[in-house]
Amino acid sequence: MSKIKDNVQSASRRKFISETAKNACAVGLLGLGIGVYSKSANSLSSSALRPPGALPEEDFLAACTRCGLCVRDCPYDILKLADIGEQVAVGTPYFVAREAGCEMCPDIPCVPVCPTGALDHKLTNIDDARMGLAVVIDQETCIAFLGLRCEVCFNICPVRGKAITVEASHNKRSGKHARFIPIVHSDSCTGCGKCEEACITDQAAIKVLPIDLAKGKLGEHYRLGWKEKEAAGASLVTPDTEHRYNLPEGVTYDHGGEGLIIQSEAEAQTPLSDSPFSDNPLDTLNNSSIKD
Amino acid sequence: MKNNEAIGQRSLKAKGFIGSYKWLILRRLTQLLTMMLFLLGPVAGIWIIKGNLASSLILDTVPLAEPLYVLQAFAAGILPHSTALIGVLIIITFYGLLGGRVYCSWFCPVNVVTDSADWLREKLSLTGSISVSRNTRYWILAIVVILPAITGTMAYESLNPVPMLHRAIIFGSFSALSVILAIFVFDLFIQKKGWCGHLCPMGALYKLIGSFSLVGVKADKRSDCDDCMDCFIVCPEPQVIKPALKGEQKNIEPVIKDSSCTNCGRCIDICHKDVFHFGIRK
Repeated sequence: MSKIKDNVQSASRRKFISETAKNACAVGLLGLGIGVYSKSANSLSSSALRPPGALPEEDFLAACTRCGLCVRDCPYDILKLADIGEQVAVGTPYFVAREAGCEMCPDIPCVPVCPTGALDHKLTNIDDARMGLAVVIDQETCIAFLGLRCEVCFNICPVRGKAITVEASHNKRSGKHARFIPIVHSDSCTGCGKCEEACITDQAAIKVLPIDLAKGKLGEHYRLGWKEKEAAGASLVTPDTEHRYNLPEGVTYDHGGEGLIIQSEAEAQTPLSDSPFSDNPLDTLNNSSIKD
Repeated sequence: MKNNEAIGQRSLKAKGFIGSYKWLILRRLTQLLTMMLFLLGPVAGIWIIKGNLASSLILDTVPLAEPLYVLQAFAAGILPHSTALIGVLIIITFYGLLGGRVYCSWFCPVNVVTDSADWLREKLSLTGSISVSRNTRYWILAIVVILPAITGTMAYESLNPVPMLHRAIIFGSFSALSVILAIFVFDLFIQKKGWCGHLCPMGALYKLIGSFSLVGVKADKRSDCDDCMDCFIVCPEPQVIKPALKGEQKNIEPVIKDSSCTNCGRCIDICHKDVFHFGIRK
């Protein structure tokens, strides 16, 4: 009697174990599939930009519920939710700068509505947003580099004069003109995309890229001597010695200032240097201490 | 057993059309109304509810949020903003009282898809089914919650058909419908009532949420049962009926206690003997 019971028990135990193993294997495989799929589906296309205040991409994908509330509260209908097959994680919000850049509303309505904080509620000044970084990506087609006047990106920029400045440089081709080159400054660029939207070339010569794609990084060990010097008030290594120019008597040179200075007769009498060597080479020859 | 009449014919004769379909009609109306409310904003500019089933905002004040999302965010090491936490609390309270899987049968848009697949399956007399255990959903739920801890992102949300379908309709991103088609085909040919009853991790989570719900189906007139089996055929989770309906000898209360029950009310409608009623599950 008890043996039969044991058999029944062991049979049901066997069934339980095999069922559990089957389930575990199947679901484990499924999980692997989902994991791998999501890894490949979660890479953000370089033309897609996240709304202002978005956490770094990995955290953003962990926090965004794909609810679309930011999309709804964007007054300019710039944001959209990614569909299957797009190179943006399914259901997450993004915008394409070339189609329509962020209008940078001062009250940033898309951020406080985010229920999870995937768009960081701490962002209250839109100028602090870093949706991407503008890069003058093609100097062969940017007409400013060709020597033509444009400056559309400079003028359209909502952080005008800070995020993009125009620097004059010599036009080597013509030899007599200036080129007005747009330069982007990452400390002010919000990545709103207005410059890319407005760029007059068929394909934008200035593009807004995700920051990690656009920005280089100097090695941690680099110290910029001129900055260190400025911070310390003086050179941190050997003290600066003034450069000496080998000039005829009565002539000095002021680097970065007056340039060549031809001294008057009276001034020329004063010794030019505190060198241990006399100006007269004979003095050196006659100096007994140097003799053998 | 006298299963010689088509399903539903007996109740139609005994109770008429309204009597035989009232809960189904109410359910479809609720699903339709929910969808309409969400659509009213984007279509007509009347924002009663904004967002989608993942998280939403009623009249720009009351937040709602899907518990599975917040669980995944936790697992990925993110503490969501309090809005989402309040939203989840509201949802858990609502479904915790009314029955967790009320979500599945009364609000989830995929329910209409899988019910249609099941209806077609009956119409075409398609038989044959692989046997996926109903417990598989817990395994899937587990893996869905574990995956964010490994990948650092809400991995399952690249696939989750429930919010995907809702988004497809509300935000007009229709290529998501391919996933829905896959579920329809799966339910039609591969596994009867397969997605909602065997695989969906959201269903599994709502089942857990509804473990102590107040509202449930009672088989209070079970002595009238004439074993026509109609309720077992229409029920999306037929295993829940048996203890309540047939448990008299074993002194089991005539109440469906299993929280797999979706409170859809199909058994109430279909029973020509009027055995089932909604009641307080205590």
